[in-house]
Amino acid sequence: MSDNTNPTHKPVLLAAKQVAKHFGGVKALRDVSLTIRQGEIYGLIGPNGAGKTTFFNCMTGLYIPDGGGFDFTGTPLVADAPDQAAARGIARTFQNIRLFGNMSALENVMVGRHVRTRAGVIGAMFNSAATRAEEAAIRERAMALLHYVDIAERADDLAKNLSYGEQRRLEIARALATEPKLLCLDEPAAGMNATETGELRELIEGIRGDGTTVLLIEHDVKLVMGLCDRVAVLDYGALVIEDVPAVVQNDQRVIEAYLGA
Amino acid sequence: MSIKNWLLPRSTVGIGLIAIALIALPFALATGGQAWVRIANFAILYVFLALGLNIVVGLAGLLDLGYIAFYAVGAYTWALLASPHFGLHLPVWAILPIGAACACVAGVLLGSPTLKLRGDYLAIVTLGFGEIVRIFMNNLNAPINITNGAQGITLIDPVKIGDFSFAGNSTIFGLTLSGPQKYYFLLVALALLVIVVNLRLQNSRIGRAWQAIREDEIAAKAVGINTRNVKLLAFAMGASFGGIAGGVFAAMQGFVSPESFSLIESVMILAMVVLGGMGHIPGVILGAVLLAILPEALRYGVAPLQQLLFGKVLVDPESLRMLIFGLALVLVMRFKPAGLWPAPERKAHGNPNPEEGRA
Ligand SMILES: Nc1ncnc2c1ncn2[C@@H]1O[C@H](COP(=O)(O)OP(=O)(O)OP(=O)(O)O)[C@@H](O)[C@H]1O
Ligand SMILES: [Mg+2]
Repeated sequence: MSDNTNPTHKPVLLAAKQVAKHFGGVKALRDVSLTIRQGEIYGLIGPNGAGKTTFFNCMTGLYIPDGGGFDFTGTPLVADAPDQAAARGIARTFQNIRLFGNMSALENVMVGRHVRTRAGVIGAMFNSAATRAEEAAIRERAMALLHYVDIAERADDLAKNLSYGEQRRLEIARALATEPKLLCLDEPAAGMNATETGELRELIEGIRGDGTTVLLIEHDVKLVMGLCDRVAVLDYGALVIEDVPAVVQNDQRVIEAYLGA
Repeated sequence: MSIKNWLLPRSTVGIGLIAIALIALPFALATGGQAWVRIANFAILYVFLALGLNIVVGLAGLLDLGYIAFYAVGAYTWALLASPHFGLHLPVWAILPIGAACACVAGVLLGSPTLKLRGDYLAIVTLGFGEIVRIFMNNLNAPINITNGAQGITLIDPVKIGDFSFAGNSTIFGLTLSGPQKYYFLLVALALLVIVVNLRLQNSRIGRAWQAIREDEIAAKAVGINTRNVKLLAFAMGASFGGIAGGVFAAMQGFVSPESFSLIESVMILAMVVLGGMGHIPGVILGAVLLAILPEALRYGVAPLQQLLFGKVLVDPESLRMLIFGLALVLVMRFKPAGLWPAPERKAHGNPNPEEGRA
């Protein structure tokens, strides 16, 4: 348990400032402000349709917020520029797994190295020494990441042929390949059995142990409360509470939000 | 790298046999007349074009129905810079890069407004673009005569390297080569170059980014690929290949007119890519060769076949030819929807880089 390791002294990594987003009449996010500190595992929970995924999409530049914005490592994130968010150090997985299905598992992770490498078409056409060296490094790093998430034996299989659990792991490996400061996982335990969830938990703790901050959307309340340093609760697009699990668990509004949903 | 193993037979014997076959082919074909050598030349030119389009459609997944426009730009660039039309006669090492650059610019021009479009919408816009280019070629003869309109441009210079011209007969090492035969060897050399470049691109950082966009554009964005730039690069690269092919076409024919760049040509090249096996280089080559040769083979085969079967020619060979051709396309797509030679599904654990493993 990490309830009392609340790292309030740690520097702020990401600050959401009154982020708002609506789809027609649906207010998916209502002025949500929250702060994620370096090195913590931060949980984002809430009933279905509360706006969790929308928050991810705004943060990673896939949606343009209608109001507010994000500071990352002290400087604002550019809206509508997912590639820049990735370059700044934000990586994510998707609630409905989005892999490059007809590419091998290894290639999927190699694509994750794109943002940290440079080779262009000219280098590739002439197969220059620099390109070859970079390519070898990409391959080596990708392979190491497949080992890290424990699916190295599937390296040459097409991503679409992997099992569900393996695909979730592959998505995490691909995200890690971008060398993120903040890794955002959208319901990584969805559809997993107890054993797989346990393994996932170890993996997430390992990633945090390596110094990467983790933002976790999860419906499995037990997993969130056991794993996270701090938890934020969204309901109908609004932030209900942001605190350590022990406090969140016993908050009357949270209990209502979940029971009332 | 696994693709390479599929394309190239593992043994040097195999490579040797293919080399010998490629060298002997124009001589064997010439016994049936130079027309057959010309057909082979066009087949190789189509291989070239199909591989260029494969970058856009097969790798990046952008459905481009106006690809012939870049071929047209390359052809007209050559025609204008090496013919009596403007009295310019630039050397090949200048025109080909200029043609490729012009086509590349055209590719970016087409690419930039279409970056947000996908699938069917992109197909419609590119189709329109192809037609616009053709219509321009058709009408840019007034008020200033640039393209000479529908009459096209004639007396275009052949490819010349130093004093060596690729037109007409010449004798090398006691061997007499016809014009088409010389172009054949030039085209084979160019095609090999294009194949190597394609293989390298496909297994490169940018090639993977193209494939990632094809597979899932949102995920590609989320891992940090600037999809706008990378897509433009695909258009530009594909267009450059088209431009080079167009230049060689103009030089080989000695004549260009807008007629050669109709929509059906774009459709044909796309059909080569799809029928062969999208994104799989050996498949694309196979598709291009088959579709380039089949209509010609039918042209010469349909009438004699009817003679043989019925004792007389019952159906007009020309219409029967296209009927059989269309039927062949339908049948292939019905029974081999992924193409005649699709990319092999990579199986269980293997050496991630078999090439090095063998060495
Ligand atoms: N692209 C969109 N267009 C229209 N409405 C959307 C869009 N994305 C989300 N919404 C709406 O915004 C609200 C919040 O959705 P969101 O997906 O963020 O919820 P969530 O908290 O992730 O839910 P879940 O736990 O089911 O994944 C929902 O009412 C949803 O229908
Ligand atoms: Mg969600």
